[in-house]
This record gives sequence, C-alpha cells and structure tokens, in this order.
Amino acid sequence: MIKNISNLGDAALYCDFGEEINQKINTDVIKYFKNIQNKKIKGIINLTPSYNKLIISFDLNEVNFLDLKKQVQDIDISKDEVKVNQKIIKIPVCCDDEFALDIQRLSIKLNLTKKEILDKYLDKEYFCYMTGFIAGMPFLGDIHKKIRLERLETPRVKVPKGSVGITEQFANIYTFESPGGWNILGKTPTTIFDHTKEHQPILISAGDKVSFYQISKIEYLKLNDKK
Amino acid sequence: MTKSKIKILREGINSTFQDLGRNNLYHIGLPFSGAMDKRNYLIANKLVGNRDNEAVIEFAYQGPIIKVEDGSVNFAISGDIKFNIKKGNRILNGECYKTYFLSKNDKIDIISTNNSVYGYLSVSGGFDIEKNFGSFSTTVRANVGPNNGNKISKNTTFLIKNQKNEQIKKNLKYLNSKIEYIRLLKGTNFNYFSKESINGLTGKEFSVSKLSDRMGMRLQGPEIKNSKETNIRSEGLVKGVVQVPPDGNPIIMLSDHGTIGGYPKIAVVISADYDKLIQTPPGKKLKFKLIELKEAEKLHKLYQMETENLLNQI
Repeated sequence: MIKNISNLGDAALYCDFGEEINQKINTDVIKYFKNIQNKKIKGIINLTPSYNKLIISFDLNEVNFLDLKKQVQDIDISKDEVKVNQKIIKIPVCCDDEFALDIQRLSIKLNLTKKEILDKYLDKEYFCYMTGFIAGMPFLGDIHKKIRLERLETPRVKVPKGSVGITEQFANIYTFESPGGWNILGKTPTTIFDHTKEHQPILISAGDKVSFYQISKIEYLKLNDKK
Repeated sequence: MTKSKIKILREGINSTFQDLGRNNLYHIGLPFSGAMDKRNYLIANKLVGNRDNEAVIEFAYQGPIIKVEDGSVNFAISGDIKFNIKKGNRILNGECYKTYFLSKNDKIDIISTNNSVYGYLSVSGGFDIEKNFGSFSTTVRANVGPNNGNKISKNTTFLIKNQKNEQIKKNLKYLNSKIEYIRLLKGTNFNYFSKESINGLTGKEFSVSKLSDRMGMRLQGPEIKNSKETNIRSEGLVKGVVQVPPDGNPIIMLSDHGTIGGYPKIAVVISADYDKLIQTPPGKKLKFKLIELKEAEKLHKLYQMETENLLNQI
C-alpha cells in the first residue's frame, strides 16, 4: 500500500510503497498504475511504476499537487486484480565469450566457473518488476543468490544493443545501445522494443514472466539476420 | 498543384523535428521529448499561422542551411539566433520573431545561436511527416519519431503540407530574458545531503558542462556530498530532477531523459524556469535558489500567462 505521497517538483506525485523490494509490493504498485490508467484522471500525463514507487506526472495547467494527491489517496485497489500473463516469454541468448563481456569478472568475483554461473542464470524463471530507463528495458528478478554482484566500478560508455546483464538481485536486457554498468553475460538477437508496433511496442511488460535459453553463435547470427 | 519542397544543404547540430511531446509512455521507457523550449516553440508556430502542435525543426548551437527546391515557403525562426536569407545574389540579415517569404532556390542559413542553446524553425502549413506514437517529436536514442527517429541529415528533402502561396506578414517584439536564479524545490532525497552541500547548492555558482544534451545537463561546481547513500533503488524520473551521482557533480534531467534512475534526487527545477534553464550554454554559470511548492505553482501560472500574452500579440 502507499505509505506516503510527496511532491517531486511542482508537476509530479511521488507515491512511496516503502523500502522493501518484492513481488507483492511491486504487484501493489502495478495495481495502482493500472487503476489510475483506467480512470483517465484529468491532468495526468505520465505514470512511472518501479519496484516500490509510483510517479504520477501531471499537467500543472489542469490540476495541482494537493488536488491530485487527494484523488490518489481515495483510490481503493483492494478488489483490483492484475491479470497475469501466464505465458512465459522465452528469450534466446548467446553466451559466447565475444558477447559475455563480464563473464571473467563474474567468475573471479563469485568464485564460480562460467558453466556454473550460466546454469544458475538460465535455470530460473523471472518476474518483470518494471520497464524503462531506455525504451522497453525490462528489470527482471530475482536471480540466484550465488550469482549476485554489484555494478561495474566504471560503467561502460556503450553497452551493445541486445546485451543481457545482471546486477544485485536483478537481470535485464539492453534494448538499445546505451551507457550502463551491469555485468554482461550474453547477447540476444530478439527485438524487445519495436517502434513500428504502436499498440504494443514492448515484448516484456511489468508483471510478465521471462526465462532465458542458450543458443549457439550460428543460431544467433541466423536469428539476427532475419530481422 | 505540386507541394512545396525544401532540401537540407547542411544539417546543423542536433537538428530534429519536435512538437509538444509525447504523453503516457514513461512506463515503457519512452521519455516525454518534445521541444526543449516550449515558449519559443509555440511562438514559432503561431507566427506562421500553424496550430499549436505542428512539427518544427529544433536545432542546437548551429542550425541547418535549407534551400527551397519547389514552390514557396513562409517561415519564422524563434530563439536568439543569427541567420541569413539568400535570394539570388542578395543576402539579408534575418530577424527572429518575424515571418519571411521564400521562393524557389532561396536559402536560409542558420548560422548560430547567440549565448543560448536551442532555436526553432517553423514553416507555414507544417512539414509533411509522419507521427509516431501520436507525436512529431523525435527521440533519437530509441529511434522513435518522424524521419525514422533520426536527426535530420544533409541532402534530405521534406515536403510542406498546406503551404500558402501568398506572403504572411507577422511579427512579435520579444527579447529572451535571462533570469538571475533557477529556482528549485526540495527533491525526495534532499535529506541525504549534508547542510554544507545544500549551502553549496544554493549559495555558490555552477557551470554547465560540455557533456550536456537533450537528455541531461551536467553541472560542475562545489562538490555535493552525500552523507547517507550514493545509490537508491531505481525509480521513476521527471524532467527537471537534479540527480547527484557518487562523484558529487549534479545532473539535471532534461526532456529526453532515461525514465528510470538510481541516483538520489536532491532537488527539482520548477516548471516555470525550465525554458530558461535549457537555454544556458556550456561554460555559463547558473545559480540556484530553493523555494516552496505554493510559490512554484504561482510562478508557473505567471509564466503561462506571459506566454499566452505573447501569443495573443501575434
């Protein structure tokens, strides 16, 4: 539940669901997000759900902080249900050393072999907490406790598009070339964000289930060529 | 009758199509985008008689050279811009906030922005380009928007939608004023920072770094020390948020910002000062002042009224 609502600047509400991160709290965030989206409240121009926060941007010409805060406080999500996408989205990944940019770092710091790391990574089914930072980037969790590692000390200026990475309890996919500090362990040929599909541009949405499976370099190149 | 056509002879710097931006896509990672300086954007469109959400060309520091390939074009430029108009052998010095009529083979050379960053070129009738996700705004990083989501490049041609063949005569007397302070509201992690750092933020000058673009403005000044945690759990951002990464140099989120970020938010720039903020070029100094929410709301209303008054004078 929302613990506190404060202002983020003069044109956004900052709804705080606490410090903890788990699927239950995140599901509450998503419930509020969907509820507000369906209500089409006057003046709201953007909603940004994350692990345990929801930011509501509004047009200051239409509504102000106090009025909108009251409207959000009155929302009751107790009967809301989030439709869970039962289908697991399966993402192919090539983990050849050429693409697994940080596999050595992970191997040394975690004291595990490459195979052990990949087995643990590929074995699990992940929950998508949120999408964003760059268009369509999914924040997935939680990864196996033994393969958790902090971000790179110096982030890369350019992480190649399609790179899959892990940090702390999370996994993600770089949907575009971008600066970034996650530990990269492979690359997917799958298009995650497609700007030509305006009704559904993203492959993975908050609340979805995702798993990864390994493919060879040859398969990677074949799939990549098809695009 | 054939449509008027223009050709880009030089692309200029970061020239893109923009409009009022794109709503309701933060949750999939698409930023608001849109014209950086909303007031100058609106004025540019009004001067050529367009509706207020028509696409214009935004440029930074140096604009394009544009040639009329076919037909005729009414255009206007807003901002603080030095530009020329070439008609045959004649070269005219261009004035901002005034409409001009160009015939076939005439050229516009947008030389530079004066002590500012962004300028806008509008054409009467609008550019004949496609919307993407309901908007003409270009978000280069996600390849979203008209022109395949790319910057405008040399030798491309664009058609004009509903151009008028007679000359439009409109102008506006307006000087882009500079303000002494950029005003801030406390951010959601304000109390992560030492009193000394807060005093630095509001009492000392910061200079705008060269590493500033449509995504963010990096500042250099007194180090802002975090006395609690240098990273927070990733959460949503809005434009104007001042984030402080571990190195202590603040970054202000601008219109193309990443929708999620994990650095503490010390402050947020008020809506009324955004257009002025983004016009501050690298190397220039900025001073900040903390105010309260009520005052920020009042200042927004005032700024809005001022903009409307300007538009009504056209």
